[in-house]
Amino acid sequence: MAVEKVKENVKEVLERYGYNSARMIEILQDLQDIYSYLPKEVLEEVANTLELPLARVYHIATFFRAFSLLPRGKHVVQVCTGTACHVKGAYRVLERLSDVLGIPAGKTTKDLQFTLETVNCVGACALGPLVIVDDKYYGHMTPSKVDSLIEEYRE
Amino acid sequence: MSRLNSKEELFELQKSLAASRSGEERFVAVCTGTGCLAHGAMEVYKAFEEEIAKRGIDASVKEKGDGHAVRGTGCHGFCGRGTLVVIYPQKIFYQKVKPEDVPEIVEKTLLNGEVVERLLYTDSQGNKVVHEEEIPFYSKQKRLLMDMNGKIDPKSIEDYISIGGYTALAKALFEMEPDKIIEEVTESGLRGRGGAGFRTGWKWEDAKKYDVPTKYVICNADEGDPGAYMDRSLLEGNPHCVVEGMIIGAYAVGATEGYIYVRKEYPLAVENATLAIEQAREYGLLGENILGSGFSFDIKIVRGGGAFVCGESSALMASIEGRVGEPRSKHIHATESGLWGKPTVLNNVETWANVPLIVKEGAAWYASMGTENSKGTKIFSLVGDVEHTGLVEVPMGMTLREVIFDIGGGIPNGKKFKAVQTGGPSGGCLPESLLDLPVDFDSLDEAGSMMGSGGMIVMDENTCMVDVARYFVKFLTEESCGKCTPCREGLRRMLQILTQITEGNGTEEDIELLEELGEVIGTASLCGLGKSAPNPVLTTIRYFKDEYLEHVRDKKCRAGVCKPLVRYEIDKEKCTGCTVCAKRCPVEAITGETKKPHEIDQDKCIKCGICKDVCKFDAVKVV
Repeated sequence: MAVEKVKENVKEVLERYGYNSARMIEILQDLQDIYSYLPKEVLEEVANTLELPLARVYHIATFFRAFSLLPRGKHVVQVCTGTACHVKGAYRVLERLSDVLGIPAGKTTKDLQFTLETVNCVGACALGPLVIVDDKYYGHMTPSKVDSLIEEYRE
Repeated sequence: MSRLNSKEELFELQKSLAASRSGEERFVAVCTGTGCLAHGAMEVYKAFEEEIAKRGIDASVKEKGDGHAVRGTGCHGFCGRGTLVVIYPQKIFYQKVKPEDVPEIVEKTLLNGEVVERLLYTDSQGNKVVHEEEIPFYSKQKRLLMDMNGKIDPKSIEDYISIGGYTALAKALFEMEPDKIIEEVTESGLRGRGGAGFRTGWKWEDAKKYDVPTKYVICNADEGDPGAYMDRSLLEGNPHCVVEGMIIGAYAVGATEGYIYVRKEYPLAVENATLAIEQAREYGLLGENILGSGFSFDIKIVRGGGAFVCGESSALMASIEGRVGEPRSKHIHATESGLWGKPTVLNNVETWANVPLIVKEGAAWYASMGTENSKGTKIFSLVGDVEHTGLVEVPMGMTLREVIFDIGGGIPNGKKFKAVQTGGPSGGCLPESLLDLPVDFDSLDEAGSMMGSGGMIVMDENTCMVDVARYFVKFLTEESCGKCTPCREGLRRMLQILTQITEGNGTEEDIELLEELGEVIGTASLCGLGKSAPNPVLTTIRYFKDEYLEHVRDKKCRAGVCKPLVRYEIDKEKCTGCTVCAKRCPVEAITGETKKPHEIDQDKCIKCGICKDVCKFDAVKVV
């Protein structure tokens, strides 16, 4: 990872929040938007610039669900596991996705094509079970629809 | 847009905006709430714009109106039937609208005033219903807050002002002393809509008594309860009413700064609330010297990091301060020492949204709705195995039966009702025998559940109650912040035991152990998350013990959910030998000749359920 680019990105985001460590969650969110995850170099740069122990930055980056410390795939497949979706069989859809992609929830395929995640309710309960691929919603999912859905995105 | 410097200027603007919206103008309201967006509302919206432009009728549509031929509104609530479209001024209500239906609607309804029958709602007797308010889903509700959602464009402050928005703020600032506002809110009986149901007026009164220069108000929009999305829909669909409520609250308690803490998973809520704040600032309704009253107050938006525990007030404040969201013990209330050690009033989105109504219409009016100790209305997200899914707003005290069967239309596909889960992961599952329970804070508490933020998940006979309990405990185990031992370790043990039971390895002693553990976790945990965490387990044991016993004694799951306890079989009578299941089976476990009954090899079967999904003859059974 290019050190100069990391410095530049971190500087830009920190300036946006006035180098205020109280805005750490938003700082990390904006940085994650750039990299799709939080690379180690970025966390170190944030800690160094703000003169904080790396452990404090790491503490926040690992506490909140929104952050990922590992690279994510080109397509992010999220299965809503909210209660309404669960009752309607989301777990079966998740199992099938896991089988088709060959990874458990929370992991990324080796070719960096897909990341499979669960999400706790996105507030579209009327459409459950719900699968979201790169922000596109697929409602009323069933295990039998999984294969063709993934084929749509696979290269 | 020019700054308003007095209440008179606001009233004048309100009058002129209201006059320009006489109620006669022709426009198309397309619901662009999250549910409808997921159904493809944006494509419908664009199709209307294109079709109207193509037909060259935009001039006639815009002539009387405000320039909006098509208006994207907030959530109408009937999310299961999206995309929803309402044609004004006749208020013709269309459901399940697709972009390809748009030319017909424009031709028939907009140009010729005719109704497109096939897009109407059909009631249980087969009658077509033309208007929104005549549909049983809506007619039994009392939509104080949700009704505004369907009328205004959430991105337009003018829309909100035209229906009387910010006049409650003017009344509060110029006609009421802070003490009088607090008195009104107390007398209205408004209780926190976020879960605990604490009296809002008392909270405000407590924060007001500290005479310090800096105080905060916070809007908790970290709606983490799975299966609840009313806060999202309010903040997305009518952000100004939340902002107005916060300004009134800030004036009453003497706060100068406010925060709206929103889940990052709700991008549209973040967008609309941010825009609302900017617009309010430009009009002088937020910022320095609001409406020339001398009172100054501003609001910032903070995006949450996606941790359920941050819905807990002290964890939320820690998170705003840039720390991890770990709760603290509450010997000292936030109203004395909250955010950055200053007196802080934290209320939920729906609570804030009710404030302008109370100020405008008075405490007596508000208190006339509801039950003795639970006043006003409450929005519930009625979801799961129910015919009409969506957001429903009802007076407190309506029975569960009325909500689920009269408004919700009952259980679909002729299935039987089994339970309703209220209050999110902290709530409980209530059985059929409690369907006549009035929905209010105290009745739900007594039944072992809670109001929570208003999730109401209906479960039919195909739901396994042990699996539901396991589901919630798994959720809470993952979301427990880990600070206190009873919650962190206790939940983990509970999950272990419940998993054993669902896998067929449980014993009767396990059920007793669950009850014992539940008591310890509930008593000894630090914050509300842990204290209420055993509720789903304890209520399912209380009301559905026979299902637990079946799992441990007979190794059976009557709902067919717990995989190790069920198997898939093909009904030889029903199977036509169409071979679809055999072709789709991912592990080639199904064999049989064409046009002859097929069979599943139990050794190969992975119980994925695809065969059951694809069978057109209902021949695959879970036993």
